[in-house]
Amino acid sequence: MIGKQILYLLVFPGLLFTCVLGLLIGWLDRKVSASFQFRVGPPIFQNFNDIFKLLGKEVILIKDTNITVFALAPIAAFSVMVFLSMSIGLVLFYGLGFGGDIIVMMYLFMFFSVAIIIGGSASGNVLSSLGAGREIKLLLADELAFILICLIPIIKSGYLLGLNEIVIAQSDGAFIGSISGFIGFLVGLLCIQAKMTLPPFHIPEAETELAEGPLMEYSGPLLALWKICQHMMWVIFPFFLIILFFGGFNLVGIGILWAILKYVLIIVLMIIIKNTNPRIQIDTALKFFWRYASPLALIGIILAVLGV
Amino acid sequence: MGWYNKRLAKSLWVFHVSGSPCNNCDIEILDLLTPKYDVERLGIKLVGSVRQADVLLVTGVFNNKVAPKIKKLYEQAPKPVFVVAVGTCPASGCTFKDSYNTVEKREDVIPIDMYIPGCPPKPEAMIEAVAKLIGVLNG
Repeated sequence: MIGKQILYLLVFPGLLFTCVLGLLIGWLDRKVSASFQFRVGPPIFQNFNDIFKLLGKEVILIKDTNITVFALAPIAAFSVMVFLSMSIGLVLFYGLGFGGDIIVMMYLFMFFSVAIIIGGSASGNVLSSLGAGREIKLLLADELAFILICLIPIIKSGYLLGLNEIVIAQSDGAFIGSISGFIGFLVGLLCIQAKMTLPPFHIPEAETELAEGPLMEYSGPLLALWKICQHMMWVIFPFFLIILFFGGFNLVGIGILWAILKYVLIIVLMIIIKNTNPRIQIDTALKFFWRYASPLALIGIILAVLGV
Repeated sequence: MGWYNKRLAKSLWVFHVSGSPCNNCDIEILDLLTPKYDVERLGIKLVGSVRQADVLLVTGVFNNKVAPKIKKLYEQAPKPVFVVAVGTCPASGCTFKDSYNTVEKREDVIPIDMYIPGCPPKPEAMIEAVAKLIGVLNG
């Protein structure tokens, strides 16, 4: 019994599956971005090469900083990502709830940003701490809208909190078919873009003026852990949206094709948003989420309560 | 280490160290990173932080003021790291070789693995140099 749980954690819905799929999707992102710019793009195993190369390089720890926090922040983020990938994968592939509910998920999704803030502040670099400050503001911006859209499936499923129960409640039609579900999916897509700090919301790690921001002082295996986390999010967040609005996976017969289509649709939308928008300022991001996205999500909640 | 060197050869992340250049080589380096030449297909990426670099592209003549800073940057980079000197200035001193503040022996400042002469070198020459570096790593 214990062996099976370790297998869940380390191999199939957990660590190995999510890492490999995430790194491949990361390649897809780079390849599609390259074709947007009329380039050839990297070979398929580029991200694997990057990660293996980083794992073999030297780690530089800076003497004057808080080395414990600096080194533990990526490890903590990585372990939370592995746990998230396992619990979401269990709901999607096996239909097993994990004991926690959607509220636990909301907390854990915030944790990556918190780890970035802690790690960036601990490195003692001016640009890193500026990036950490921007990450705090971005978290404040997207968190409200993200929690509001998480409420829409809860209301539409008849006030159920378990992820598994939300999937079962959508067995006779996914929530995306209704107006409130569509609004929720749209705002959720933008929140995910901000949570993964992808363009146009890559404000914390602005390459041009902050030089990778919070990750600036990281090198070698610790940087590899951050990179793996960022690639795992290419799997975890779309899977979460599939649970909330697309009714999960039905892995028999034609359902496998539908499952792949749902995932690819979200990935393609994210890549298109990423490639067609320049980076916005931090105040524009706050204004966008607080003035437009959150009220839109609130309208979605009202529509969900009315049953539309 | 053969396996690791092959991985390293496929993902060389480049950091641009400009040690008092005339900006001509820097412009050519930026040309190299444009979509026309597309070095990302070789796994080469320009990184913003020296902590993540595998290759330091050094441009410009080393003078007494900038040499300690280049040395510091080299020490900040995680090893293994390679140094590619771009342009005639780091290779021979160019027109500044008899100047009063030019460092006599550039090899004493940092170990340079590869020189790309030219004032400025064409992006094709830089790609060839990096391809040679990849060939050395692959053995």
